[in-house]
Amino acid sequence: MTMLQGFQIALHALRLNPLRSFLTMLGIVIGVASIVTVFAIGSGAQLRLQEQIRSIGANVLMITPGAVYQGGVRLKDGSKLTMTEGDVQAILEQIPEIQAAAGSLAGTAQVIHEGKNWNTTINGTTTGHFMVRDWQLASGRYFSGAEESGAGKVVILGSTVARELFAPGDDPIGAQIRIMKVPLEVVGVLDRKGPAQDDVAFVPLSTAKLRFLGSASNINRDSVAYIIAKVAADGQMAGARAEIESLLRQRHRIPAGQEDDFKVQDPAAAMEAQQGAIRTVALLLVAIASVSLLVGGISIMNVMIVSVTERTREIGIRRALGGRMRDIRLQFLCEALVLCLLGGAIGVAGGITLSMTVARMAGWVTSIDGEAIGLALAFSIATGLIFGFYPAHKASRLSPIEALKTE
Amino acid sequence: MTALPLISLRSVSRTYRTDGIAVTAVRNVSFDIAPGEIVAVMGPSGSGKSTLMNMIGLLDLPSEGAVHLEGANVAALSEDRRSSLRARSIGFVFQSYNLLARHNAVENVALPLVYCGVSRKERLARAEQSLQAVGMLHRAHHFPRQLSGGEQQRVAIARALIASPLIVLADEPTGALDSRTGAEILALFAALNRTGQTIVMITHDPGIATQCRRTIRLHDGELVSDETVAELLPRRSAAS
Repeated sequence: MTMLQGFQIALHALRLNPLRSFLTMLGIVIGVASIVTVFAIGSGAQLRLQEQIRSIGANVLMITPGAVYQGGVRLKDGSKLTMTEGDVQAILEQIPEIQAAAGSLAGTAQVIHEGKNWNTTINGTTTGHFMVRDWQLASGRYFSGAEESGAGKVVILGSTVARELFAPGDDPIGAQIRIMKVPLEVVGVLDRKGPAQDDVAFVPLSTAKLRFLGSASNINRDSVAYIIAKVAADGQMAGARAEIESLLRQRHRIPAGQEDDFKVQDPAAAMEAQQGAIRTVALLLVAIASVSLLVGGISIMNVMIVSVTERTREIGIRRALGGRMRDIRLQFLCEALVLCLLGGAIGVAGGITLSMTVARMAGWVTSIDGEAIGLALAFSIATGLIFGFYPAHKASRLSPIEALKTE
Repeated sequence: MTALPLISLRSVSRTYRTDGIAVTAVRNVSFDIAPGEIVAVMGPSGSGKSTLMNMIGLLDLPSEGAVHLEGANVAALSEDRRSSLRARSIGFVFQSYNLLARHNAVENVALPLVYCGVSRKERLARAEQSLQAVGMLHRAHHFPRQLSGGEQQRVAIARALIASPLIVLADEPTGALDSRTGAEILALFAALNRTGQTIVMITHDPGIATQCRRTIRLHDGELVSDETVAELLPRRSAAS
């Protein structure tokens, strides 16, 4: 008897008892569906984090405003812009490990080009920003010195904004767009960095202050919302961070013992830590899901043992008609395998459906990779082999003479 | 009988051991069966008929002595080889038909060919031929529960014949049938034998034995007589 014939016989036998077959494989279905779902959600979260880490760039420190006391009242972090362009200059000039640094002011606004418009983040910054983030141009150029110092009416578009405002054949370079009624010339379009990062338009910091954010009350002429700085080498991160902290304390005249009014963060490191945590949680969930697979396997073994007992006479007949011990073993092993494979396939389909539902309802990114599906199916095949072997072996060891005598 | 015997038993004994007590079911039995014979093995229940059939059918091995199939000692073969030989050389017919309830007639008939490595298409084609030979082709897609006892036994005979076995072994083939249907089944066996099929029929019914040219009688596991009737014709015409 061949494997194929074994599967044919198994399918025939399982079709005769569809409810029982389905209930038997339910444990496998649930186990595999949970494994696929957990993998999809876990790897989706990791992908999102990796994209964010990539988009920030390597060896980047981010300086944001910290807590501020105003008349004894502690205000929320970032409620006052405590960093200035002077701080950016000082960091660049006085800390040798810093290769590039840039301050930014950001807000959201409608950008308009001819008949199309799009709501996006407007980031006022300097060319240093692109150096820090290793962000290359797809076409055009960065800001010139004159544009940076003289509030030039120019804009560099992220790829999403370029796609939304311009038809596929159109070259955005040199085109006029409007932001808050201010006409700006597109001088550059950036490379893709990731969906969350590409939805942005950059203008010179001076332009942002003069033309868009000048009226905001918490902005003085020199303020920036945050500073990003690139450290030359991996090993210098901690040193550069300490130097920035002491430099800024000195510049902001913070007396010893008082809290900083700024925070220096290493976003990549923080995200990597987060990634590790996600991995741990995902592994834990997979371990729990595997227990369900184990329970499913035991239920298959149980039903198979009952089935062998019920079909003792059939086994006797098959042996009398020339079935070898290994044919009988193969037949019952195939039944267990078909149960597990079918359960695994239903589980994979269920897991994909479930993770897509989660993605839609919770707005999470999920990623279904072939590896997770392969792993889940491999698990179910292994379950079938392990828990199907004993009943199949038992069936093959039955004496045909005794088996023919049973009623 | 100059032909090489198909089956040859030499001083065959079979002893079972249960709970330390040895029970000898067959004791020192010797006989040959030549190709084309139709033989009745008779005896009251407990006389060792079934044990003898299991040994001829390669389901069991003698404790002493030897069973030869076409000159080969079956005890020298592995369990798997005996199974494969069973698929090709032995056709079983049982008192209780032993059809698989969840398969229809044609699938039941095709079953032994699964173990001969025959493709599904050819299996079903040959099964239909075999059903035709026993007059059951019109019932090919019926399940055993939809068939009468006589019809089930015809399907079982078609199954026994499908692999063109050397020998058909029938264990009380009419035991569960009414006398008229039983006579029809016996006539079918007689017709098969006329085409050259070797048949061994195990029975405790003397009426059946009279249909066979040769009768082997067992009592308490021992062979008590082995008679061949020279002229069978008058008896057969009397029965039909």
